Amino acid sequence: MNAPQTVPQKLTLKDFSSDQEVRWCPGCGDYAILKTIQKLMPELDVPKENMVFISGIGCSSRFPYYMETYGFHTIHGRAPAIASGVKLANPELDVWVITGDGDGLSIGGNHLMHALRRNINLQILMFNNEIYGLTKGQYSPTSKVGTRSPSTPDGSVDLPLRPCTFALGVGARFVARSIDTEAKQMTPVLERAHEHQGASFVEIYQNCPVYNDGIFDYIKDKKNAANTRLMLEHGQPLLFGEDNQLGIRLDPKSLKLEVVTLGENGIGLDDILVHDETSKVKAQMLADLAAPDFPEPIGVLYCNPADSYEMDVYAQRDQVRSKTGAPADINALLRGGHTWTVE
Amino acid sequence: MSVVEDISRTQSDQNVVSDVVIRFAGDSGDGMQLTGNNFTEATALYGNDLATFPDFPAEIRAPAGATFGVSAFQIYFGSEDVTTAGDDVDVLVAMNPAALITNLKDLVKGGVVVVDSDAFTDKNLVRAGYKGNPLEDGSLDAYRLISIEITKQVVEAVKPYGLTHKFAVRCKNMWTLGLMMWLFDRSRDATISGLRKKFASKPEIADANVAALNAGHAYGETAELPTGVDIYRVPRADVPPGLYRNTTGSDALAYGLLAGGQLAGLPIVFASYPITPASSLLHTLSANKQFDVVTFQAEDEIAAACAAVGASFAGSLGVTSSSGPGISLKGETISLACATELPLVIVNTQRGGPSTGLPTKTEQSDLNQALFGRHADTTLPVIAAATSADCFDMAIEAVRIATRFMTPVILLSDGYLANASEPWQVPDFSDYEPFPVSFETSTEGFTPARRDPETLARVWAKPGTPGLEHRIGGIEKDYDSGDISYEPENHQKMTDVRKAKIDGIAKFIPEQTVDQGNDSGKLVVVGWGSTYGAIRQGVKRARAEGLDVSHVHVRYMWPLPANLGDLLARFDKVLIPEMNTGQFVEVIRSRFMIDARRLNKVSGQPFKIREIQKAIKEQLEEK
Repeated sequence: MNAPQTVPQKLTLKDFSSDQEVRWCPGCGDYAILKTIQKLMPELDVPKENMVFISGIGCSSRFPYYMETYGFHTIHGRAPAIASGVKLANPELDVWVITGDGDGLSIGGNHLMHALRRNINLQILMFNNEIYGLTKGQYSPTSKVGTRSPSTPDGSVDLPLRPCTFALGVGARFVARSIDTEAKQMTPVLERAHEHQGASFVEIYQNCPVYNDGIFDYIKDKKNAANTRLMLEHGQPLLFGEDNQLGIRLDPKSLKLEVVTLGENGIGLDDILVHDETSKVKAQMLADLAAPDFPEPIGVLYCNPADSYEMDVYAQRDQVRSKTGAPADINALLRGGHTWTVE
Repeated sequence: MSVVEDISRTQSDQNVVSDVVIRFAGDSGDGMQLTGNNFTEATALYGNDLATFPDFPAEIRAPAGATFGVSAFQIYFGSEDVTTAGDDVDVLVAMNPAALITNLKDLVKGGVVVVDSDAFTDKNLVRAGYKGNPLEDGSLDAYRLISIEITKQVVEAVKPYGLTHKFAVRCKNMWTLGLMMWLFDRSRDATISGLRKKFASKPEIADANVAALNAGHAYGETAELPTGVDIYRVPRADVPPGLYRNTTGSDALAYGLLAGGQLAGLPIVFASYPITPASSLLHTLSANKQFDVVTFQAEDEIAAACAAVGASFAGSLGVTSSSGPGISLKGETISLACATELPLVIVNTQRGGPSTGLPTKTEQSDLNQALFGRHADTTLPVIAAATSADCFDMAIEAVRIATRFMTPVILLSDGYLANASEPWQVPDFSDYEPFPVSFETSTEGFTPARRDPETLARVWAKPGTPGLEHRIGGIEKDYDSGDISYEPENHQKMTDVRKAKIDGIAKFIPEQTVDQGNDSGKLVVVGWGSTYGAIRQGVKRARAEGLDVSHVHVRYMWPLPANLGDLLARFDKVLIPEMNTGQFVEVIRSRFMIDARRLNKVSGQPFKIREIQKAIKEQLEEK
């Protein structure tokens, strides 16, 4: 199916930077994400020619132009559908989908939903800046209520959706969250997403310095990060705060998560919820935690692999072929069923 | 019609007739399509030429006895060239009052009407809109009525097999089929072996159906039919020798895509979303996984088109399929394929519109959509199949053009072609010339914008090829490098080259031929798509009357064959029948400045031969 593949020599970030001038606004969070990904690529055990970046429309969707890999900048919202076709045609390809909150959750919500629930082996990275940047600043489906924008001069009134909650709700089997400028944290999350067989979804908080500047300051600010980030680690208790003195506990009566302080009211480490990536229920509760009442989870919320869609499609085909025998013959197909001969 | 003449003419036990139209009509749950298909198969095996027209309602199971739930299957068979499902019905089988009231108008005076009198209950009569019982009030006196208590007969015939009443009554269609097979001297063997195969795991159901079939046949043999109807013989047709099968357009199209994939040396990714009447393509391809095809039922029409484009980007041939409303949704994606110059085949099985329109009926009203229905300057090749069997060759053509010119291609079919079956002289696939695709592998001066100087096709470099990493997208690209470019002159140049590429395809398609008649004269009837059969017969009959008329049938709708304009200019008049309000006629008029006349029909039903004949006469008589 493929041209001969080469085992990559040790490539560097430079090998993954295309010759195209990057055209994001100065200070855009996308720059940091691009660099992190370009740096990560040589570390992945994938021949460069097998890497494909596919995007829709929006600021984030310019991403493929800057990667020295195969890339396809498609149409608004449709990247997961196009990527699905790529993966069906050639499951060997390592396909990354770059999308944004408007692209992926508004116009393309349907495709995102189905790519996730089908579990096609794609890495879907959603750069969430809670705004439409490329069309000059309209509010998006993730904008907080009251967001003032050219289309909502008096503030938006509709309730936003939470990308990780959405992903879990539609059946995603790998859901994670990261922050644009946190390369150290993002890199292992992306590695895990890449490793994951099936669709992986990573929400990346991304600052738009022009139309929505500072909306993630509460969590990006290093000084306050200990109190606003809940760093997830599988098998570890959900602790946060300067001295890890705060924790997340499940209130057995309300079945809600709550913030507790270790040592207060008889709270001990045993009371703190332990992160379990394989628990969908816990992942959904974590995905709903939102500032300012809660720290927001960063890391892998949920990871529960299953066979990917394209694997099953090809397996089914192999099964059929083992019965029919190869090669398939058009003449035999045309002559199948009832035929008759006119002398 | 000939049946009727013969009924009055002869008392011999062998009425020889040249051609017959039978229509089976009943509730959508009565199994009329199955009955029709079995009769078709027996007729094909007998050696008649034939054409069929299944006509079923949009409702899957409409309330029993409702007029809007009537499902019909028409077959026209004969000893001569048969290319349409026939104009008038000679024999009508009506399983209930609703089937009778909705179909009687098409039965010729003196025609045979077979009814199940058990179904003519007060309730059913009222539901169908009858004031009295037509079987008793003399309103059918103009026809040869064969009124039989079919339900009672069936229940009796299948008694030994212990079926519940409900299942016993379901064998009615087989009983009726048996009677019709007796009437037209068809063999029951293929139907019987088909029933045994279908109900292999439920032998009692198979036995009951076979018993019903045989009982219907025996009834014909032994009963004194009130109208003196007896066996009719339709002599075998004089068709070219060879191996034949029946095919619907939908099956032939599916096989053609698989064949095209093999000729191109490409795997196919077929991505579609269920829509009537296009879904059968998805079904057929999904059932043929032994071929190099992956089928994908996408979440919507847009995703189906996108997945196909993605597959083409990755080096397969992406194919997507729908009917008009679904094609609308695919529009933006088709334009992306135009902009990125990727191969893509889009099949439109047209139906009556606009909007949901008449989903199970046929129309040719998406030609404008195919030619113009996208944003911006996105001209692309459009081709149209003329007959069910022609769908095979045109599907191969779609693959050839898409891959050779790196462009989306729209292949037009319609509800009539998709569902109607006709005998097909099975081609030998080894006669088809391969057109292997060569992917770019050389890194030497590679750019994704490089073009073949002859075809102007862009180079196809697929992911997985070392050293050819590149980006494509919807933003305008530089003519030389393929990089993003917003330069004014470059956009002009790119728009021009995209258009020149498509226009140039005219050099790589066959010249337009004349299907029938001379290549100049008083009148030419120009058709496209599924009107082929009716136009062919209409012109044939007109010519038999000595009229100066020819038939030209266009398969390449865009770009048009290079000689078409000159050819049409050699006729005094041009008449274009279409199942729309006049779409191709506008193309011909504006393209060639010819005063082409129109003949339009949008009733959801194909043209009748006589409608074409009449129009020919009118054109020739008009001064």
